[in-house]
Amino acid sequence: MKPPAFEYVVADSVEAAVAALVAASGEAKILAGGQSLVPMLNFRLLRPAILVDINRIPGLIFIEERETDIRIGALTRHHQLETSPVIAKSLPALGAAMAHVAHLAIRNRGTIGGSLSHGDPAAELPMLALLLDATLTIAAPSGTRTVAAKNFFLGALSVDLGADELVTDVAFSKLPAGTGWGFEEVARRHGDFALAAVATTLTVSDGRISEARIAMTGVDETPKRAGDAEAMLVGQALDPRLLERAIGAVRGAVTPNTDLHASADYRRHLVGVLAGRALAAAWQRGGGT
Amino acid sequence: MSTHAIRVTVNGTVYERTVEPRLLLADFLRNTLGLTGTHVGCEHGVCGACTVLVDGDSVRACLLFAVQLDGSKVETVEGLGTPARLNPLQEAFREHHALQCGFCTPGMLMTATDLLRKYPLASDDEIRAGLSGNLCRCTGYEHIVNAVRAARDAR
Repeated sequence: MKPPAFEYVVADSVEAAVAALVAASGEAKILAGGQSLVPMLNFRLLRPAILVDINRIPGLIFIEERETDIRIGALTRHHQLETSPVIAKSLPALGAAMAHVAHLAIRNRGTIGGSLSHGDPAAELPMLALLLDATLTIAAPSGTRTVAAKNFFLGALSVDLGADELVTDVAFSKLPAGTGWGFEEVARRHGDFALAAVATTLTVSDGRISEARIAMTGVDETPKRAGDAEAMLVGQALDPRLLERAIGAVRGAVTPNTDLHASADYRRHLVGVLAGRALAAAWQRGGGT
Repeated sequence: MSTHAIRVTVNGTVYERTVEPRLLLADFLRNTLGLTGTHVGCEHGVCGACTVLVDGDSVRACLLFAVQLDGSKVETVEGLGTPARLNPLQEAFREHHALQCGFCTPGMLMTATDLLRKYPLASDDEIRAGLSGNLCRCTGYEHIVNAVRAARDAR
């Protein structure tokens, strides 16, 4: 189908984009990569009066390594994340996940700010933001504010972002030395949305887990952390019995949906299998024996 | 609705046109410029038939608006070769019978062009993953994979 008619505004600065959003009184949408927005327009699920194109705003595409974190500009494309040496070195789980995001033609356009703002419950980047305790910087009419990823995702396609606000960058904390990671995903076809995916980090010191993180997507209204499973891993060495208990806790932490691709029971089973693999990989990469 | 004047280079030719904002790049190429080599399948980014290159990167022409591309360079299947003088990738498609009805072929060719530039494509799995965003209902993909593998070896 064809999109409904709209007015088109090119913003040349973040301030101009926010001003255009304010002037539209909730009737405008931001056009970044457009890889989720334009299908919704073509289906006429959305009828914004105005699209504010932010692609020409200078300075929103960057991957900056700082002392304690990696800061990424909102317009940075998935393919840039996939191929960045900085990401591969410091945020390897994120780099590995990017090859699973749709297809090259989508990754060439889709942006990190757009994926996080869209908040699809089966997307990879929201899960990675949750796993890596990301902090989003948001430009608002009154200035900028920051929000932690754990407070940003409110529901399916629902995030803590006003109609007059714009994500400008995302900071991901670097992981401590001795941290291993895992990423596992199952989709019906390579590049499709995940039926379930799990990303993990385990920080291993003196043969025991000092910090555990488990994030999941595709199995609930928002990406989720498996807090109970994380807690039972800390202070322990990963052995088969502990792994089975953690898998059980992961399955207990999610409320998946049934749809035509998979039943809720299948997704709950799957997320446990993937968590087991991702935890074993993180343990090994972290130097656990 | 307001209209916007744009200047876009397609396959080396500069076009200046005035467009409605909602005009998709795929429809701009086909209906405004008459370049019907780019095919339109699903119009929501799933089938890959409309894949073209914008400033060297493969994109879905159904997920971009022509108005966004003022100043951009677009490459379509018409820019790859001519019937008398196919480019090496097109020649590999012909050699390996990588098309039957031909509807998906322009998108397959433009996708494979970008894949061949950006990835090693060292295994058939990698080739298949790279092509997984382009649907073909005729070939069963086998011959398309063979053609891309041959183009990789000749690269």
